[in-house]
Parts: sequence; structure tokens; C-alpha cells
Amino acid sequence: MNPLQARELVMDIPGRDDGEALNFAVQPGQIWGVLGPNGAGKTTLLHTLAGLRAPRHGVVCLGGNSLSELKRRQISRQLGLVFQERQDGFPATVLETALIGRHPWLSPWQMETGDDERIARRALERLDVAHLSDRLVNTLSGGERQRVAIATVLTQAPDTWLLDEPTNHLDLHHQVSVLQLLTEQARAGHSVFMCLHDLNLAARWCDHLLLLFPDGEACWGPAERMLVPSALERLYDQELLTVEVDGAPLFVPKKAR
Amino acid sequence: MSRPVTMPLVILAIASLIAMVLSVGIGSVSMTPAEVGAVIFGEGSSLQQTLVLDLRLPRTLAAFATGGLLAVAGALMQVLLRNPLADPYVLGLSGGAAVGALLAMLAGLGGLIVSGSAFAGAMLATLMVFGLAHGTGSWTPSRLLLTGVVVAAGWGAVITLMLAVSPAQRLPGMLYWLMGDVSYARSPWPALVLLFLVCLLLVPLGRSLNVLARGPMQAAALGVSVRPLEWMIYILASLLTATAVTMAGSIGFVGLVVPHMLRLVLGNDQRLILPACALAGGTLLVLADTLARVVIAPEQLPVGVITALLGVPTFLYLLYRSR
Repeated sequence: MNPLQARELVMDIPGRDDGEALNFAVQPGQIWGVLGPNGAGKTTLLHTLAGLRAPRHGVVCLGGNSLSELKRRQISRQLGLVFQERQDGFPATVLETALIGRHPWLSPWQMETGDDERIARRALERLDVAHLSDRLVNTLSGGERQRVAIATVLTQAPDTWLLDEPTNHLDLHHQVSVLQLLTEQARAGHSVFMCLHDLNLAARWCDHLLLLFPDGEACWGPAERMLVPSALERLYDQELLTVEVDGAPLFVPKKAR
Repeated sequence: MSRPVTMPLVILAIASLIAMVLSVGIGSVSMTPAEVGAVIFGEGSSLQQTLVLDLRLPRTLAAFATGGLLAVAGALMQVLLRNPLADPYVLGLSGGAAVGALLAMLAGLGGLIVSGSAFAGAMLATLMVFGLAHGTGSWTPSRLLLTGVVVAAGWGAVITLMLAVSPAQRLPGMLYWLMGDVSYARSPWPALVLLFLVCLLLVPLGRSLNVLARGPMQAAALGVSVRPLEWMIYILASLLTATAVTMAGSIGFVGLVVPHMLRLVLGNDQRLILPACALAGGTLLVLADTLARVVIAPEQLPVGVITALLGVPTFLYLLYRSR
């Protein structure tokens, strides 16, 4: 697979200075987490990495090619993105929604075949929403819709997964099962890059972290080097207590007195 | 999406054929479907020949083409704006065309110049609405719809002004044009060919349109080149609307009612919906035109009155249903 790389990347966030240029590569098998407070630019970073927004400086590369040189179709065969916000202008069933994940793989004249449908159904099963296949997406709960969105990207079967808050709206069990799915994807040689709000989920499941500060400063590296309580306290402007559980640090916000 | 695609289209094609035969047969001199068929294959009396081939068939085909064009244009705009309430009439395109046509009529010009002027008016209206709504960012669907509605109101005022200052003997023609009337149509063939070509062109784009209906970002993430596709739909929809309006005046609500009803029955797969819109829109307008001819025969109603009477309640019901 072609690893996703940011080279001297500066996101284009209106009204913000350039800050630190990002330089990293998401290698096969790695799970990256992006941490940062609200408005730090996590979603913008994901959209920039997916080529949906032009960066202010620098380039995003897939393998040796800059995203801007690649066709959207070529990109979409390698890169999948789970959005945080979704719009459903028209009613569509869960199965139809998952099936659009096959779009990058079908020629304009091709109809979806039984194989495509099998791939989509398997993805829905994996995300535990197969029983909703015939339901309209706009009648589902937030968590169910989130799982359908993830199933759509699983149907797309990209090498690199970009996810914007994949655990949003999910109950504890489904949070874990989604992160487990992403771990499996990484073990199979794919790579995962996701924004997370939950520091502790990131600490448990990510092997690399990128901390985005609201002023544009950033640092990244292996998770164990990034999980420094003082840095995290500065990141969220929140005092933390740290305990160790099950071999991983657990961060708990301090109560204000 | 694994739904059979051909069956609904075959049914709709048969329905449109029946509607056309009916429409050609009904009138001051009635003919049975068998007689209509005979005339089309070169038999029958010379009176029947003239009646069918020179008078009724062109009008029926024109009605079919107009309805098909408007329905496909409506369906395309709805995907583009991700709003089931978008339609050439609501977005003010028909108003622009009407102003163009009335200007030509007011100047005492006729025939082709009225058509050309209407076409120019429709294109200008499209450019205005989309240009204004585009602003500095992208097309926000709600902004586009609002811009369209406001611009349509503006056209309405201009039309009223023009009617107020125009000489009395020109008024009936203008009014009929405003309410939509296929009896003014010239040769239906260019419009029919355009409709057919556009439907063919849309076949390979169908799935991309399905993805685009989920929003531009999602579509881009799934490999659709959003900007070129959006421009293409926009140009096609404008062209279709302009052609329809030029041919038959401003006929409202076909572009709104037909796609919506088909979506209720067939789902929202554009590969099915767009050709189905062409057939069902055509059928609807053929039937409406037949009705318009016979309701108060020997007088004729403008067909736009019939479609508006059907369309307004449907539009309101739609608004009422949508959260």
C-alpha cells in the first residue's frame, strides 16, 4: 500500500497563523490518534489529508504522488473517510448507503453485482447493523447511523482509514468493537488515522498520537512519548490525574474545588 | 439498488404510448386507437391524415417532450441542491424565460425570435440565480432556493408590468404563453432528440449522481469529481428547462411533482429515476394537455393551469410532510 504522508503541511484555517508545519507518514499497521481541544483543526486536518481541502502550504502524498496530482477516483480506492457530519437529503436504505462504498471500484457503466452486495452486507454485519438493512437511514439513532457510516467505508475497503470521531454517539460496547475493527484493519496491513475526543480510548488503542494545539502548534510521535500528563494538561487546559490500569495510563480530569 | 431497473421503465413506456394514442384520438373528431394506428402507418382518409399527422401528433409529441424535459430538469436540480423542493419554476428560470418571450411579443416580433428570446431569458435567469446564490462560497442549497424564489418574485413583477403596458390585442397570446400552452409549439423533434440524448448521457453518470445526493464532501471522498459534475448538471438542467419553456411557455410543477412521486414508488436511484422522469413527465403532460383540450371544448385551457392545479397541493403536501 501507499502510505499517507504529510510534508511541510500547513492547514488552511482562516484567521490563524501558519503554526508548525506537519511532517509525518502513516505507515502500514499503524493506528494514529489526533487529540486536541474543540476548534484546534482536527476535522480540517482530516479533510486536508483526504484532499478535500487545499492546504495553505506543503503537500499530502499517497506513496510517491501528491494528492493534487491524483484523480479523486484513484484516491478513493486507497483512502476512506468517515465524516463526523452527514447529510441525508433524500431517503436511502441502510444497504443502499453501504453499497455506495463500492462506487470507487465500479466503472460508470457497471451496475452493482451480487458480489458488491455481499461485501456491503458483510460490512453491515461486522458493524452489527445488518438487521437494519432495509430501514431508511434517517430513521436510525445517532449511534446506528455512525455504524452505518463506518460500514460504508469498510465496504469501500481502503488501505488508509481516516475517521472523524468514530466513537461519537456509540455506546461503550460499540466503541470498543469499532476500535477493535480498526485494530484488525491495522493488523491486516492497513493504516488508521483518526480524531478522538476520548483521551483514554486514544491511549489504549493508538500507537501514534498527534497533539494539535489551538494556536497551531503540534507535536507527534509514538503514543508512549506523547502521553505526558503536563503536555496533555496544556493541550486541554485541564488538570489531570494519572493512574495506571492494565498496563496503560488512565487520565481523569481533576475536579475544580 | 439491486432492484430490477427495466420493469418500471417498460411499464412507464407502455403508459406513455397509451397516453399518446389517447391524446391523438380525442378531440373534435374522435378516432379509435385502431384508426390512429392505421393513420400513422399511412392509411385512413386524407382528413384523418391531416388531423393526426399535421395537427394532433406534433402537439402530442411536443407535450411529451416538454413534460419529459421539465421532469428531468427538476430531478437534476433536486440532486444538485439536495432538496426535493427544487424545480425550474420555483427557481425562477421559467420566469426569466417568460420575460424574454414577452419582451419579444411586446416588440411585435413573432415566431423564432420569441423562442430565441425565451431561451436567452431562461439562460440569463439560470446564470443570475446560480451566480447570486454562489456568492463567495459554494452553493448552499437553502440559499440557492431562497435566491430562486426571490428572483422568481422579481420576474413576476416585471411580467405584470409588461402586461400592464402592452396593447390589448397582444394580451391573449401573452397570457396563454405565461400559463403554458403546447399549441404554440413548433416542431417537437429537436426537443425530443435533446431529451433522448440527455437521458443517454445520464446513464453512465447515474451512480455518481446517487453519491452526489449524499453531499459534495461525501461524494468527493468516494471518488466523484464534484465540481465538474455539478457544473455539468447545472448546464444540462438549464438547457433542458430553456428548451421546454421555449417550446411551451412556463409550465409549473411538472419538475417538482413527477420526480417526487417516482421517488416515493421507485426509491432514489438516479439511474432509474431520470429515465423514468422523462417517460412519466411526458405522459403527465400529454394527459394534462388532452384534458386541457376537452374540458371546456371547443375552447381550450392552457395546460399550465392543469399542472398547477395538480402541482400546488402536491407541493404543499410535500412541505407539510418534510419535518
